[in-house]
Amino acid sequence: MESFIDETLKKYQHQTTPLLMVLRDVQAQYFHIPKQAVELIAKGLEIPRTQIVAVVEFYHFFSFEPRGRYDIFLSDSITDLMLGKKALADYLCAKLQTPLGTVRADGLVSIDNTACTGLCDQGPALLVNGYAIGQLSEQRIDRIVTLIEQNRPVTEWDSDLFEVYDNIQQPGLLLNTKLPRGAALTAAWQRGLTETLDDIKASGLRGRGGAGFTTAMKWASCRATEETERYVVCNADEGEPGTFKDRVLLNSYTHDIFEGMTICAAILGAHKGFVYLRGEYLHLFNKLNAVLEERRAAGLLGDNILGYGWKFDIEIRLGAGSYVCGESSALLESLEGKMGIPRNRPPSSIIKGYLAKPTVLNNVETFVAAAHIAWQGSEWFASCGTEKSKGTKILSICGDCERPGIYEYPFGTSLKEVLKDCGASDVLGVQVGGPSGTFVSTRESDGILTFEELSTGGAFIIFNHSRNIFDIVQNFTHFFAEESCGFCTPCRVGTSLLKKQFDKIHSGHGSAGDIKELQDIAKLIKSTSHCGLGQTAAEPILTTLERYPNLYERQIKQQHSFDPVFDLDGSLAVARKMSGRDDGHAHLTQVEKK
Amino acid sequence: MAHITIDGQIVPFEAGQTVMEAAMAAGVYIPHLCHHPDFTPHGSCRQCTVTLKNGWNITACTARAAEGQEISNNTEELNLVRKRLTQMLFVEGNHFCPACEKTGNCQLQGVAYHLNMMSNHYPQFYALRDVDATHPDILLDRNRCIFCNLCVRASHAEGKDVFAIAGRGINKHLVVNSESGKLIDSELTADDRAANICPTGALLVRGKAFQAPIGQRLYDHHDIDEITLGGRHGG
Repeated sequence: MESFIDETLKKYQHQTTPLLMVLRDVQAQYFHIPKQAVELIAKGLEIPRTQIVAVVEFYHFFSFEPRGRYDIFLSDSITDLMLGKKALADYLCAKLQTPLGTVRADGLVSIDNTACTGLCDQGPALLVNGYAIGQLSEQRIDRIVTLIEQNRPVTEWDSDLFEVYDNIQQPGLLLNTKLPRGAALTAAWQRGLTETLDDIKASGLRGRGGAGFTTAMKWASCRATEETERYVVCNADEGEPGTFKDRVLLNSYTHDIFEGMTICAAILGAHKGFVYLRGEYLHLFNKLNAVLEERRAAGLLGDNILGYGWKFDIEIRLGAGSYVCGESSALLESLEGKMGIPRNRPPSSIIKGYLAKPTVLNNVETFVAAAHIAWQGSEWFASCGTEKSKGTKILSICGDCERPGIYEYPFGTSLKEVLKDCGASDVLGVQVGGPSGTFVSTRESDGILTFEELSTGGAFIIFNHSRNIFDIVQNFTHFFAEESCGFCTPCRVGTSLLKKQFDKIHSGHGSAGDIKELQDIAKLIKSTSHCGLGQTAAEPILTTLERYPNLYERQIKQQHSFDPVFDLDGSLAVARKMSGRDDGHAHLTQVEKK
Repeated sequence: MAHITIDGQIVPFEAGQTVMEAAMAAGVYIPHLCHHPDFTPHGSCRQCTVTLKNGWNITACTARAAEGQEISNNTEELNLVRKRLTQMLFVEGNHFCPACEKTGNCQLQGVAYHLNMMSNHYPQFYALRDVDATHPDILLDRNRCIFCNLCVRASHAEGKDVFAIAGRGINKHLVVNSESGKLIDSELTADDRAANICPTGALLVRGKAFQAPIGQRLYDHHDIDEITLGGRHGG
C-alpha cells in the first residue's frame, strides 16, 4: 500500500488541495479507504488525519467500510422513480442477491442509492464503479449482472452500455452556433480585454446557475482586487435533481467552455483555472482532459496563448458525491480538499475564493455564453430575451413528456409554450429549478421564464395527473435531509425533523396540529439556515402546502387528537426478530383506538 | 461614532466590528452557543439570529455592523426561533441535565433557561453516540456534543488540531486526531484550552466536575445574559 499511496501523492504533486482526487484513486484501488491509507496520506501531505476522516465521511462515494468490487449506486431522483426505478432496482437486487444498501458476502458487489446522476432524460440510471449507465431495463440489467458475475472489468464492458445521449431537442442562439476554435479568444484580444468586458456588460449576461448575478460585475470586481493571484473556476457540479444541461455542454460544447474560461482569465489576470466536475460525471473526465490537451497543442492554453503572451491553464477536479458542493463557497472548500461546507459571507469568493484568493466562479453555461458574446458581440446576445433577463436559457426537460432533453429558449418564453414543445399533456405541474425551485401548477402556466419570475438553473421536471404530489414532496424532502452538510442547527436537525414530520402525515399517522407543526418547522429552516440548501430545503413542502392545502388536510385521517412520532410497535421489530416471535403479544398498540 | 440600533437602543461600533461584538460591548445580550470572543466566528448554532429592518435574518456573530442598521433582537418572535433551535439541539443529542456533571454550568442549559424552554417540543432522535473515557484526565461524551466547533478552533489555535467534526447531516460527530481515534492517543492535555472550552458537558476535565455543588453553580442563580455580559463562561 505504501508504494500505491506514494505514487498517488506524487501524481498530484503532494498538494493537499486535490485530496478528493487522491481519495478517489484510493477508493477505486481498494474499494474503500483503508485506515492505513489515512495514516499514509496524512503523513505524506502533512495534514491532520482528521481532515481526511472528515472528507471520507462527508462524500457519498468514499467509504471506510469495504464496498463491493462492483460498486453500484442507483440514481434515486424523482425522474428515475417515474421511469420505473423501483421495480428495476428490486430486479437488480434480486438477480445479484444483494439487498439494497448492502455488500454481498463474497465482496463482489454492493448496491446503494444515490442522488440524481443527471441522466433524467434517459433514466433510470445507475453508476457502476463511478461510470454512468442509463436507460435501464431488465434486458440491460441482465447484461450487467452477467458481466459482474463473470468478473469482467468495467473497462471491458460493451461501450453501448455506457452511451450517454445529448438529446438536444431544440437548439437556440448558443447551441445552434458553432464557435470556431480560438475565434472568441482572437476576437477578445483584437477588441481589447477591457472592451470585451464592456461588451459582456452590455450583453446583460447574468449567471446561469440560477442566482442571476451580473457576470461582468463579478468579473470586474474580481479584476479590481489588489491581489495578483486570481483564479477562474467553472462550476460543473450540476447536482440539482432534474438538471443535465451542463452535462451536454461539457460533452459537446467543451471548447466553448474552456474558451469562456480563458477569456475570463485574461480579463481577470488569472493564470490558473479549475473545472469542478461532479463525481457522477466521471464519464466525461477523460474527454475533458483530452480537449485540454488538444487546446494546449493548438496554443489555446499554456504559456503563450495565441502568441498574445498570456499564460493560463485549466485543471479538472472531480467531486465525490455531494449536492451541497454546487453552492459556490462549498465548492471552493471541496476544491481545497475539504468537506463541502458553505463559508460565511462576507467576504464573497470574488474577494476571498480559492485559497483565499480572488476567484470568479461561474456556471458552465455562463462561460459558454461569455465566449459567444466575446466572439459575436453584445448585440447578438442582448437582442434575445427580456429587458432584465437577456439572452437564452438552456433547459433540461424531463418527466412526463414525449420528448425529454435539452431545449434552449429566449428568456420570456411562457411555460405553456415549453410544455407544448416537449409534448407534455395532462400536466399536473412542473418543478421549475429542481427540488430547491418552485412547484408550478398548470393554473399558473402563463408564467414566463425570467430571473425575476420563474428562475431556474435549468431543471424542468414535468408531472402529469397520474403522479402523487406527496410522493414527489417526500422524495425531495428526503433528498435534502440526506444532502444537508450538517453545519448549522436548523438544516442539520430541521431537515431530519421535517422528514419525520412529513412521513408521519404521508403515512396516515397525522393528527390535529401536525400540519401546523410541519409548516412551523419548514419556516424555521427557511428563515434561519446558513446557506441556500437549508433556505430552500422546505420549499417543496411550503409551496405545496400553499397550493394544495386540501391534499394535506385529507391525509389527516386520525380521529384522536394526538399521535406521537415515536413508533412503539415499530421499535419492537428488532426484539421480535431476535426472539423469533411475531404473535399478537409481541406487538403493542400505541394509541387506544376508539 | 458610527452606531446601529438594537431593539431601538443605540449601540456604537468601531469599523470592522461584528454586530455581536458591538452588542456585547454595549451590554446587549444576544443568545449564542458557538460564538466565543477569542475565536473566529463560526455562525453554525444560529442562536444569534437577528432581524434587519428589511426582514432579513443575519447571524450577529458573523455579520459586520453597518452604519444605521436597525436590528431586532430581544423579540418574542426571535426568542421563539431560538427556543426551537435550542430544542433541536436537545433532541438531536442525548442531554439528560439532572445526570450530567456539567449541570448548572452548561451554556446549553443556560440558554434553555433564558429562553424559558419547558420541554423538548420535538421528538427525540435517540442517537447512538460514543463515549471516550480513555484519557486519564479528560472525558469525551459525544452524547452532549452540539457541534459548536469551539474545541476544534481552540485546538487548532494551540497548534494541535486534536479535534474535527466529521460526517454529514444528522450523522455529524466529533473525531479525535489519533491513529486509534481515542483521546488517550491524542496530544490533548487537561490544561489545553480545547479541553476546557466546551459549552456543554461533552468535554470534561476530570476531577473538577463537583468542585461546586449542584445548586451553587453559575446558571443556578444567574441568567446567562448576566454571566455572559460579565465576561464569565460556564465551566
